[in-house]
Amino acid sequence: MGDVFTNLGLGFGVVFQFVQWTPAFLGGMSIPIPVNILLCLIGALVGTLVGVLPGIGTIATVAMLLPITFGLPPVGALIMLAGIYYGAQYGGSTTSILVNIPGEAGSVVTALDGFQMAKKGRAGPALAIAAIGSFFAGCVATVLIALLGAPLTKIALAFGPAEYFSLMVLGLIFAVVLAKGSVLKAIAMIVFGLLLSMVGSDIETGASRMAFNIPELADGLGFATLAMGLFGFAEIIRNLDAGGETDRKLVQEKVSGLMPTGKDLKESTPAILRGTMLGSILGILPGGGATIASFAAYTFEKKIAKDPSKFGHGEIRGVAAPESANNAAAQTSFIPLLTLGIPPNAVMALMVGAMTIHGIVPGPQVMQKQPELVWGMIASMWVGNLMLLIINLPMVGIWVRLLRVPYRLMFPAIVIFCCIGIYSVNNAPTDVMIAGAFGLVGYWLIKHDFEPAPLLLGMVLGPLMEENLRRALLISRGDWSVFLTRPLSAVLMAIAAALLVLTVLPALRKKRDEVFVESEN
Amino acid sequence: MNWYGRSLASGFLAVLAGMGLSSQAQAQAYPTRNITMIVPFAAGGPTDVIARIVTGHMAQTLGQAIIIENVVGAGGTTATTRASKATNDGYTLITGHMGTHAASVPLYPKLAYHPEKDFEPVGMLAGTPILILARKDFPPKDLKEFITYVKANESKVNAAHAGIGSVSNVSCELLNSILGVKPIGVPFNGTGPAMNALVAGQVDYMCDQIVNAVPQINGGTIKAYAVATAERNPSLPNVPTTTEAGLPAFQAQAWNAIFAPKGTPADVIAKLNAAIVKALDDEGVRKRLLELGSVIPAPADRTPAALGTLVKNEIAKWTPVLKAVN
Repeated sequence: MGDVFTNLGLGFGVVFQFVQWTPAFLGGMSIPIPVNILLCLIGALVGTLVGVLPGIGTIATVAMLLPITFGLPPVGALIMLAGIYYGAQYGGSTTSILVNIPGEAGSVVTALDGFQMAKKGRAGPALAIAAIGSFFAGCVATVLIALLGAPLTKIALAFGPAEYFSLMVLGLIFAVVLAKGSVLKAIAMIVFGLLLSMVGSDIETGASRMAFNIPELADGLGFATLAMGLFGFAEIIRNLDAGGETDRKLVQEKVSGLMPTGKDLKESTPAILRGTMLGSILGILPGGGATIASFAAYTFEKKIAKDPSKFGHGEIRGVAAPESANNAAAQTSFIPLLTLGIPPNAVMALMVGAMTIHGIVPGPQVMQKQPELVWGMIASMWVGNLMLLIINLPMVGIWVRLLRVPYRLMFPAIVIFCCIGIYSVNNAPTDVMIAGAFGLVGYWLIKHDFEPAPLLLGMVLGPLMEENLRRALLISRGDWSVFLTRPLSAVLMAIAAALLVLTVLPALRKKRDEVFVESEN
Repeated sequence: MNWYGRSLASGFLAVLAGMGLSSQAQAQAYPTRNITMIVPFAAGGPTDVIARIVTGHMAQTLGQAIIIENVVGAGGTTATTRASKATNDGYTLITGHMGTHAASVPLYPKLAYHPEKDFEPVGMLAGTPILILARKDFPPKDLKEFITYVKANESKVNAAHAGIGSVSNVSCELLNSILGVKPIGVPFNGTGPAMNALVAGQVDYMCDQIVNAVPQINGGTIKAYAVATAERNPSLPNVPTTTEAGLPAFQAQAWNAIFAPKGTPADVIAKLNAAIVKALDDEGVRKRLLELGSVIPAPADRTPAALGTLVKNEIAKWTPVLKAVN
């Protein structure tokens, strides 16, 4: 325990370091400058601003801004990058709430209730609760990394392909809960998402699947590209459709209070706590832990809610839980990087790149060898989250005012920003065309009451599920029992089975009741 | 000819003359504007890091900024295809590697470019040695035991790799073909997840570039049997070479080099090559490359011609190995 305080002390020491600046024009006078705090602030600010552009999620933002940190000293560079990372995370949820355009996997579920809240004139409280939830999750996750970083590493190592596959099965069963309306349609969407995720190269043989000899499809469909089309473009088409404009006018007229009410806070608090818990654990998992965290938090909230029908119609808990979860996960995903030196996801891989550029190759000894770097970064996360809260709460008013811009001016801007965003992720023009095509698909789906969220979840879970299933079976030489003989995997499978029974039972009972009703007549 | 026509004609002539002049002047003054360097992998990856270190110094020599554009996809072949079609004026270059400019030939039958026919070699940047790695509790203690063990337990061992066509995949196929074994290859998405599986003991062995492995080996989470180069690497002085450890046939090194689209003027190539050579002689650049475990090419290996020969040899080396697997 004492160690943790010494270490955190060291970390905060690094963050609050002052550098004497002696500019010539002051004639030898020197001003102390808190360089690292400034870098953290700049990172958070720039990250928020770029992340807020529709279509540019965290990975794209970090990748784009990575080169600007190359000229800085290593600690400063990483503090700034971390700032950019969670800044972008905040920014991403802003577009989800305001214009229904999730920039990345983590904010898809935020769009479900966030955008509905915005439609009801409650964009302010939605944005504010997202910021508050993220701040809380960020604080908890920082403490968690400091206290339990090393032991939690074991979770990352305990999760092999079999465990991951079982977790995905559980996720898939949870996915049905995402649906607002027809369960059958939700299942259809999940399956469609799974199918779309199969486009690209086979992981084991490299053979091309469903790519129709189009070289650009060789790596599969990008998640951001699809999300942009299905949510963003489809939403724009729908808005331009007859009736859409009046809908928007309604939004503009209704804008009420900017801050959450006491009731909102009371409802959100337990959701934030649960979201933080789930996110912290799932974030440590290698692969796509952080992505699944927000989906899991949302479905969990909906499952335990007394009145689940409110979800999808502007329920504040549906914003609070996933936003806390994805922020907690974003932060705990630093654990494998800091303790093992292994990046658990694409953003962390970029962090490794940044470290190598600065001559630090992260590994299991990075904590002992570079304590100022590691602890400075951990302490800066807390400072960064506080800054984001301070930056973002006053910004809520400005964002909400954006909603009052007439839609005829707003939509061309959104389309242009989306196109720039999609293009800049891979520097690929084809991605923009694919997003456009999926905009049409998305419009058709909306018109026929199919929801795009389960589809996107299928897209996220699909590759993880397939790849881990195949890895697990390759390692076990085709023996399916691995999923039940490995304890962690067996537990996950058991939960999945129990959930399935619980979901199916009420339907069965209803059928039986109907039978009885009929026979009585 | 009226006034209008005359002025138009003379204007046209002036433009023509101007164009002729400027193109001549351009060749002498190259570069007069920013240069785009396509890196076919994500920012922060091994190739990207090497490209950034060297081009950072080259930009000073050339007096123009070199802007790195990361274009990812299909094992780097998407970006390489794009570079092969770029204007051959020396303002668009690519940092290719063993995968994009050699192994891609047998791996992708429908490759839209050919490393030799569509590119001018400019210069080698750095080589990255390949290591034979295993989980820390894998029974064999050294490379000799490893060879015996893998041969005896061919049906039981699992070899991880970072995806079809990755350096770890291609080099491990070479190792397996030399040993005459066909273990189960477990594919991962990139070296990070593959290394995670090796550290966690979910897979038995893999071949990987030195950059990712050094901290893990020093931390004792995995072990290294040998480095597949002629000399030991300064960052791992205790790891023997494959020749020392009894497998001289396994020589593999991932390399990164700059290429220009075919037809780029020879004087432009010469200028770029001179800038690379100067960067590779710079103390700061050398120090950073050595920290990564990279091997800096000897002066004789830095010429465009040497790179051309290397590409030819590498294609000849990988084609039979990878054709046999696919």
